Amino acid sequence: MNATRAARHGITLGWRNVVKFRHTPDQLLDILLMPITFIVMFVFLFGNAVSGDWHAYLRFVIPGIAVQALMFAMLGGALALNADLREGVHDRFRSLPIARSAPLVGHILGDSIKYVLSVVLVFAFGAALGFRFEGGVLAVAGAAGLLMAFALATCWIGALIGVVARTAETVQALSLVLIFPLTFGSNVFVPTAKLPGWLQAWVRINPVTQVSDAVRELTLDLPAGGSVPASLLWSAAIAAVFAPAAVLLYRRRG
Amino acid sequence: MTSSPKSSPASAPSGPIEAEGLVKRYGDTTALAGLDLIVPPGSIWGLLGPNGAGKTTVVRILSTLLRPDAGRASICGADVQRQPERVRELIGLTGQFAAVDEALTGFENLLLVARLLELPDRRARERAGELLERFGLADAGSRLVRTYSGGMRRRLDVAASLVGTPSVLFLDEPTTGLDPRSRGDVWDLLRGLAAGGTTVLLTTQYLEEADQLSHGISVIDHGRVVETGTPAQLKARLGRQTIELRPVDRGRADDVEEILAGVTGATAARDREGGLVSAALPAGGRAGAVLAAVAARLETAGIEVAEIGVRLATLDEVFLALTGHDAPVEAGR
Repeated sequence: MNATRAARHGITLGWRNVVKFRHTPDQLLDILLMPITFIVMFVFLFGNAVSGDWHAYLRFVIPGIAVQALMFAMLGGALALNADLREGVHDRFRSLPIARSAPLVGHILGDSIKYVLSVVLVFAFGAALGFRFEGGVLAVAGAAGLLMAFALATCWIGALIGVVARTAETVQALSLVLIFPLTFGSNVFVPTAKLPGWLQAWVRINPVTQVSDAVRELTLDLPAGGSVPASLLWSAAIAAVFAPAAVLLYRRRG
Repeated sequence: MTSSPKSSPASAPSGPIEAEGLVKRYGDTTALAGLDLIVPPGSIWGLLGPNGAGKTTVVRILSTLLRPDAGRASICGADVQRQPERVRELIGLTGQFAAVDEALTGFENLLLVARLLELPDRRARERAGELLERFGLADAGSRLVRTYSGGMRRRLDVAASLVGTPSVLFLDEPTTGLDPRSRGDVWDLLRGLAAGGTTVLLTTQYLEEADQLSHGISVIDHGRVVETGTPAQLKARLGRQTIELRPVDRGRADDVEEILAGVTGATAARDREGGLVSAALPAGGRAGAVLAAVAARLETAGIEVAEIGVRLATLDEVFLALTGHDAPVEAGR
């Protein structure tokens, strides 16, 4: 099976997922409502307390919530993949002369639409509340690329969970155990300096912190602090570990 | 050498489906315990057995979804373990649970398979349209499969497994859960395919289905083939004639049982509702004489008869004789 054919099979199965969104757009609702809920809740509930002024907090929190939204979209992707693997249609894919990786690749391609939508929505809603891009077009494009790279890396973690878990409940449990320390144990909602010392050590190395900082730097035109290369490295490392693992375990799944 | 390559044993033609000594275990459970199977080309072959007998396991191994622990199997000469890619090009699979995507339309389902098989886009659309037409789904083609009836789903499912015009088609309980009319539709469809040269292997727990549809049957029990033959052969080999009798007054069934047992010398049995009494005729016994003797005793006892007759054993009885049980026991997939 050469790479071109494998890619073609993956793209065809990606097309399948896109067509499904078109038929049943309500499955996009949850991933779109979640970030809005978080923005409203954090900005108006905790904004004044954390930053003294909710406008300042909005600038701080929007880039982080974009990263968090991606993590939740990944959870949705893991659930969809897991449900799909338990469907009879999957036996059909496995009995066709197509690349073994194609169903996973197809899922991830389909899900990338969700990622783009959720990030666009976070920034659009943020802009409606007063968030302003200060970094220029190139920097904003850079931030978008960085977010997508991170999404396409972490979605392999979701794929792995979706492949390994036997039930939807297991997917939920595993994903939340992963998502909570990564998103709340980061500087998405509270600046690192305001956190207790023992937590700061984890928050500093947390990839979610790195990506959030990188997006803040680029969208708000802040001085570069090394988080852009750090987040790219994190994305590459996550993909390098989890993509092969997910494909391998998928092939083993009888 | 003078012998032509055709007659040398090394190049003996490979049948469409050949399996030898297939073994599959799940922990302590043995799903297959050395199963052999040879299916001749262009035939409909039935794998008959109760739930948990290993039917689905056989189909999953032959269609490369599952690796056997021991034994070998090939499809048109391609080994399922060593050449799975080649096997996948030769087969179509309709699994036990409808392998169609409910969130897509019928047309999109077929288009998806055609594209995965790398048909050029235009050809893929044509092929999807052709199959919808052929399976009586042309009008429903643009509707989501979620809205289809069970019979329509099954037809679409079979259509999807035919997109690549496979030489060998596997169907795992293709009519389970279908109403009698839809079942008849699926049967007609499979007969048409076999007539066109496709080899069809189907599993079923319906004796009637195996009887009506297959050219050959392998009866499976506890992971082994316990009997092979045509439906007629199986019935002749194991079935004796049976006399059946239904009294008008169900309350007299006990008396009827006694009379039948007395005449035939065999134990009489009742059907589930308790109204129909039957007993096997003695081997070599003449049905006419038995009927006459029974009729005379009924007259003496004053029992009115609603129904009486002599028939060959059903496959049900054959199955019971072969396996020693008839009630299917669910042992998981």
